[in-house]
Amino acid sequence: MTGSSVLAVEAAGLTKRFGTTRAVDGIDLGVPAGSVYGFLGPNGAGKTTTIRMLATLLRPDAGTACVFGHDVVRDADAVRDRISVTGQYASLDEGLTARENLVLLGRLHGHSRAGAGSRAAELLDAFSLTEAADRQVKTYSGGMRRRLDIAGGLIVLPDLLFLDEPTTGLDPRSRNEVWSIVRALVADGATVLLTTQYLDEADQLADRIAVIDRGTLIAEGSSDQLKASVGGGALHVRLADPHDWATAERVLTRALRGSVTRDPDLGALTAQVPSDGPIGAEAARHALAELSRTGVAVTEFSLGQPSLDEVFLALTGRPASAADAPAADAPAADGPKSDGPGSDTPAADAPAADAPKETTA
Amino acid sequence: MTTLNTLAGTRSSSAVLAARARPPRPGTVTACLAFGRRTMLKIRRTPVQLFDIAVHPVVFTLMFTYLFGGAVGGSTGRYAGYVVPGILVMTLLVTTGTTGAALSLDIASGAFDRYRTLSIRPVAPLIGALIGDVVRYALASTVVVGLGFALGFRPHGNVLAVVGAVVLVVAFSVSLSWVWTALALLMRSPGSVLGVTQAVLYPLSLFSNIFIEPATLPGWLRAFVDVNPVTHLVTAVRELMGGATPGRQIGWILIACVVLTAVFAPLSVRLLRND
Repeated sequence: MTGSSVLAVEAAGLTKRFGTTRAVDGIDLGVPAGSVYGFLGPNGAGKTTTIRMLATLLRPDAGTACVFGHDVVRDADAVRDRISVTGQYASLDEGLTARENLVLLGRLHGHSRAGAGSRAAELLDAFSLTEAADRQVKTYSGGMRRRLDIAGGLIVLPDLLFLDEPTTGLDPRSRNEVWSIVRALVADGATVLLTTQYLDEADQLADRIAVIDRGTLIAEGSSDQLKASVGGGALHVRLADPHDWATAERVLTRALRGSVTRDPDLGALTAQVPSDGPIGAEAARHALAELSRTGVAVTEFSLGQPSLDEVFLALTGRPASAADAPAADAPAADGPKSDGPGSDTPAADAPAADAPKETTA
Repeated sequence: MTTLNTLAGTRSSSAVLAARARPPRPGTVTACLAFGRRTMLKIRRTPVQLFDIAVHPVVFTLMFTYLFGGAVGGSTGRYAGYVVPGILVMTLLVTTGTTGAALSLDIASGAFDRYRTLSIRPVAPLIGALIGDVVRYALASTVVVGLGFALGFRPHGNVLAVVGAVVLVVAFSVSLSWVWTALALLMRSPGSVLGVTQAVLYPLSLFSNIFIEPATLPGWLRAFVDVNPVTHLVTAVRELMGGATPGRQIGWILIACVVLTAVFAPLSVRLLRND
C-alpha cells in the first residue's frame, strides 16, 4: 500500500503528554494521499490528541509529523494551507448564523467579500442548509450542525480533511449523508483522515484503519487485513432436517478444517472459516457443495466476516464497547452479515442512532 | 436531501467540489477586520452582552452619586461633577474584566480552534475581539457621560476635551485588556479569569481618588492611593474634562498604555501559538 504514492501524513514517534499521562505515546503513521484513513479506538485512546497535533493545534512533545512533506511545527502555515479541520473540537461559532460563519471563514481564507458570499451560498445550497442559513447555529440539530461543520471545512477544498468523529450522535440518515460527502470528496482527490468509535464506520468508509488504544497504535491495515489477522470469518448454515447435524458437522469440519459449533437453535451450525486457505467465500462455497453432495439439505446459509469488534477484542483483550466510557452511545456490535456466499456487499446496516432529531425541510 | 444527493452523486462535476484556485492568504488587516465584524455580529445577536455594559454604568452612576453625594460632595449636583470622571474610569476598568472572561470562553470554544488552523496571523482573532471591546467601551462611556449630564455634571472643558478624556480611558482600557487576554490564555477558565480581574480591579478602583479626595485619608492609605495607576488615570480625565491643558498625568497614562501593550500583546500571541 505504501508504493510510490505521496504520503498525506507521515509521523514518527509522535508523543504528547498531559501532566504525567502520555495521551499519545510514540505513534508512527503513513497515510497515503487520496484515501480515507480511519483512526479507530475508544474514548480517550488518543485519537483526537493525535489529530490536533497533525492539524497544528497542539505541539508534539516528541516525534515528528509532516503533512504533504511540511513539518507541522516548523512549517505550520504551509500545513494550514493544505488542511481543513472539522469536528467536535474545531467547530463553528454558535452565536452566528450559518451564513455568517461561512462568510467569515471565506474572508479568512482570502476570498473577497463578494467571493465569500457566493461561496457560502453555494455550500449552503449543496448541504441543504439554505432555508436555515440565517438562523443561529445553536438552534441547529445535530445532523445540520455536522453538515455545516463539514461545509465550513470546504470553503477552499483542502487536500487533507480531518474529521473528528463525524457521525457521533447522528441518526442513520444523517450518518449516511456524511458518508456520501466523504466518499465524494475522496473521489475528487482529497485525503480524509477521520476518527471514529464506530467499528462499522471504519469498516465501510476507511481504506486503511489504525487501531489506537491507550495512546499507541496497536494495529494498522485495511479492514480486510485486520479481520484476516483474527480469522477468516464464519459460515452459518441452517439444516432442513435438524437430525442431519452430526453428518453436517463432520462434513464441515473436513471441508473447512476449522471448529464447528452447533448453535443453540435447532439444526443450525457455525463453522469457522480458516484465514490461511482459499478466500473465505471460496472455502464456504466448497463446504456447501460438500454438504449437498452428502445429501444434507440446507435451507439457509450466510457467510460472516469477523466484525471489527472481534478484531478489537482480539487485539486488546477487551471489547471496544467495554473500553468505551459511554457504552450506551456505542451501537450494538454488528453481527455476521447475512449475505449469500460470494457476495460480500456490505449491507446498509447503519448503527442504531440515539439522536434522531433531524429537522431539515 | 436532493441537493446533497446531487453533491454526492455527481462528484467532480458538482460546482461545490470542483477544484479551483486557492485565493491568496488574507492580509492581517483584512483578517482583523473580519474578526472585528464577527465580534460585532455576536454583540448584535446577543444583546444581553450589552445589558452588562449599560446597567453597570447606570447603577454605578446613580448609586454613588446619591449614596455619597450628600455626605461627601455636599450636594448631588456638585458631587456628580467630581465623581462622573471617576465612574467613567471604574465602569470601563470593570468592563475590561468581563471582556477578558468572555474571551476565555471564546478561546475554549471549538470555533477558535478552527480559526487557529487557518493560515492567518494568530494575533488577528485577538485584535478582532478588541475591536468589539472598543465599541463596548465607547457605548459604556456614552451612558456614563450622558447620565452624568442629567445628574448635573457640567464639565468646564469643551466637547473636544470631553471626547479626548473618553478616548484616553478607552485607550487605557484596551491596553489593560491585553493583560486579561494573556490571563485568559493562561487560565483557560472564564470563571477564574473573572475572579482574578474583579479581585484586582475593585480594590484598585475603590482605593483611588474616584470617590473621595485623597487628602481626607490616613497617611498609609494615601500613600497607596497616590501610586495607584487608577488615581493617575482619574486625575488625567478630570484635568481634561475640567478644561486644563493636558499635563504630566496624561503622559504617564500614555506611557502605561504603550508598556502594557508592548508586554502583553506579544505575550498573548505567544501563549496562543504555544498551546
